[in-house]
Amino acid sequence: MQYSEIMVRYGELSTKGKNRKSFIDRLGSNVRKVLHDLPEVKIQANRDRLHVSLNGADSDQVVDRLKLVFGIQNFSPSVKVDRTFEATAEMAAQMVKEQLGTTKTFKVNTRRSDHQFPIDTNEMNTRLGEYLLEAFPELSVDVHQPDLVVRVEIRANGIFLSSQTIQGAGGLPVGTSGKGMLMLSGGIDSPVAGYLGMKRGVSMEMVHFFSPPYTSEQALAKAQELTGKLARYSGTIQFLQVPFTEIQETVKEKVPEGYLMTVQRRMMLRLTAALALKRHGLAIFNGESLGQVASQTMESMLAINDVTTLPILRPVVSLDKTEIIKIAEDIDTYQLSILPFEDCCTIFAPPSPKTKPNLERARVYESRLDVEGLMQRALDGVKIVEVHAGEEFLNQEADAFAELL
Amino acid sequence: MIYFDNSATTQVLPEVLQTYQTVSEKIWGNPSSLHNFGESAWHLLEQSRAQIASLLGVLPSEILFTSGGTEGDNWVVKGTAIEKRSFGKHLITTAVEHPAIHNSMEQLEQLGFDVTYLPVDENGRISVEDLKAALRADTILVSVMAVNNEIGTIQPLKEVAEVLKDYPKVHYHIDAVQGIGKGIQSLIFNGRVDFVTFSGHKFHAPRGMGFIYKKQGRKIAPLLTGGGQERNLRSGTENLPAIAAMAKALRVLLDKEAQSIKVERQIKQTILHHIEQFENVTIFSKDSALFAPHILCFAIEGVRGETIVHAFEQHGIYISTTSACSSKKHLASSTLTAMGVPEAVSTSAVRVSLGDQNTFEEAAEFNDVFDTLYQEFKKIM
Repeated sequence: MQYSEIMVRYGELSTKGKNRKSFIDRLGSNVRKVLHDLPEVKIQANRDRLHVSLNGADSDQVVDRLKLVFGIQNFSPSVKVDRTFEATAEMAAQMVKEQLGTTKTFKVNTRRSDHQFPIDTNEMNTRLGEYLLEAFPELSVDVHQPDLVVRVEIRANGIFLSSQTIQGAGGLPVGTSGKGMLMLSGGIDSPVAGYLGMKRGVSMEMVHFFSPPYTSEQALAKAQELTGKLARYSGTIQFLQVPFTEIQETVKEKVPEGYLMTVQRRMMLRLTAALALKRHGLAIFNGESLGQVASQTMESMLAINDVTTLPILRPVVSLDKTEIIKIAEDIDTYQLSILPFEDCCTIFAPPSPKTKPNLERARVYESRLDVEGLMQRALDGVKIVEVHAGEEFLNQEADAFAELL
Repeated sequence: MIYFDNSATTQVLPEVLQTYQTVSEKIWGNPSSLHNFGESAWHLLEQSRAQIASLLGVLPSEILFTSGGTEGDNWVVKGTAIEKRSFGKHLITTAVEHPAIHNSMEQLEQLGFDVTYLPVDENGRISVEDLKAALRADTILVSVMAVNNEIGTIQPLKEVAEVLKDYPKVHYHIDAVQGIGKGIQSLIFNGRVDFVTFSGHKFHAPRGMGFIYKKQGRKIAPLLTGGGQERNLRSGTENLPAIAAMAKALRVLLDKEAQSIKVERQIKQTILHHIEQFENVTIFSKDSALFAPHILCFAIEGVRGETIVHAFEQHGIYISTTSACSSKKHLASSTLTAMGVPEAVSTSAVRVSLGDQNTFEEAAEFNDVFDTLYQEFKKIM
């Protein structure tokens, strides 16, 4: 079926009182961002609905992208017809016919926003219902739990029909909750934490620590590709790569083995906090889940958290590993995350890190370092890359390979 | 030469061979190597897998590469038996399977497994009623071929799927070696199938390469253990040139599928409607939707199959006795025997199997040669 527009219903934001306008504006601009390469598509974000006029664009492609936009409750592809009963009935019959296989009962649901139109809501429901019953004698009407709802919207510029309601991603439009910094390693947990943060309206920037030659270019490309996966939910994401080699080498040299990891994580958190300050981030996100590994006990969190007063949000803190993996599979980051490249967290992992580090001792060991100097040099070396939705970094030869295949 | 033996094997396409050669020359690293030369090979491997998956509408992780149809069939049958032996030891298949299935089943019988071979009707088709009757609490596998390699029967794959919806733990395997690119993908990927076997050289890819589809979540024991390739399910350094070549061959095959099967069906009809007029001719592959478009099996009563094959060969036309595997053993066709065809007729059966390169001119020439040969055969009938 050639759809003319997609009607989008807002999620939670309908309840948000006076913030409503900024929420709607943000959602409108996020939808525009994910559809930016389809110039024929026009977007109009109204108070109660958002309308995506397709103007000939492929509706399947638009539907696939809208499914990822947070702040959308659900949406319906619809067809515009002339403002006559005959045109409406003809299109409604065509829609019903396409879904006959799964349909036994139906109802007609009319909304008349243009009160100039001569047929009122009830009359349209009754007349169209009768028409469809006559056309499809095998169907019956069920107003309570119909298999199929034929929605008719009578507007000043035409009558819009739809029969499908597609679930949206829910959540809040990305950006409405402010900016957060995600500590992205490349493992399974941190992308999931990023996704969950974005779902609650956070505009996320990625902070990735890399330590050449201990970590490979591939590990960096993997983190960037993960960013590309997450960017499908927001259009683009800023990827901040922080050089970490000098800090890791110095920590390794000066700090006892049991506290390597604690001090290293304190340095990472300090750097992330500094970047948040500079770039107007309001909070730090990470993929810590309580009790999974040595760095993720509450004692460890206490000893590491010490370096900043910024909120550290841990969306997966109480999830089991299997629950995290389930989400990672749903958002298509799992297969990437399990690629076996050493990252900055694993490369210098001591055989037996302290699972219950002591805060005071962590501070003492850290005082052996030139924290200021190390931080400054790392911050001076930060590189920022803008990553686009679905962008790939690992397979540099994808286009050449496509020729072969 | 007129090559009408495409169910035995097909010619590698020039552009497929080109891919094979380029990969052999340039991307010959081991996909398991850590360095970026190996990494590049790994990306090509995964890109090939993703292409095959997307052509078939399945997930990349559901495609596992093998050495061909025989390995795929052996793997699914024996791998299921090993994996699920603690749940049951009963397997169901049909009386008309390829030997790769049939002999694997017999091997399992020697190990104490119990196998039911479903009978077939005069068209070579099983009935779902027989399947329902055969299913037991300890059944672990139902293996049914998509298209019979000897006479082209399409099995009731969707109906089997319907029955097996009530048996969610039973593995449902389809041997689709003869069924790919023949317009029946929706029967094969029917929503219930768990495993499907494919072989590359039946669609213009090199020999020694194939793949199976394994539905996500289904478990199967590996037969080849070792370095852990293919998700630890099929070890052995990946045959990347052949994998990439097969990915390409599959794309080419499916790109022109609709046109190819139309032509193949018309050629089959042209020959079928010509030879059926002759008194001693029996047609087994009917002109109906129950049969694949590319296989025509017929017998000339009173003339042995080998004699017919060699007589055509004298005229530069290559056909075969019913299957390449049985042809050198001088055995009667096992499919025809299972259909209850008397041996006097089944030993006179031959198979014409068409490919997308065959033409109507070739069909006309075949018919002319048939007329000539039939006159000669009359002397011995």
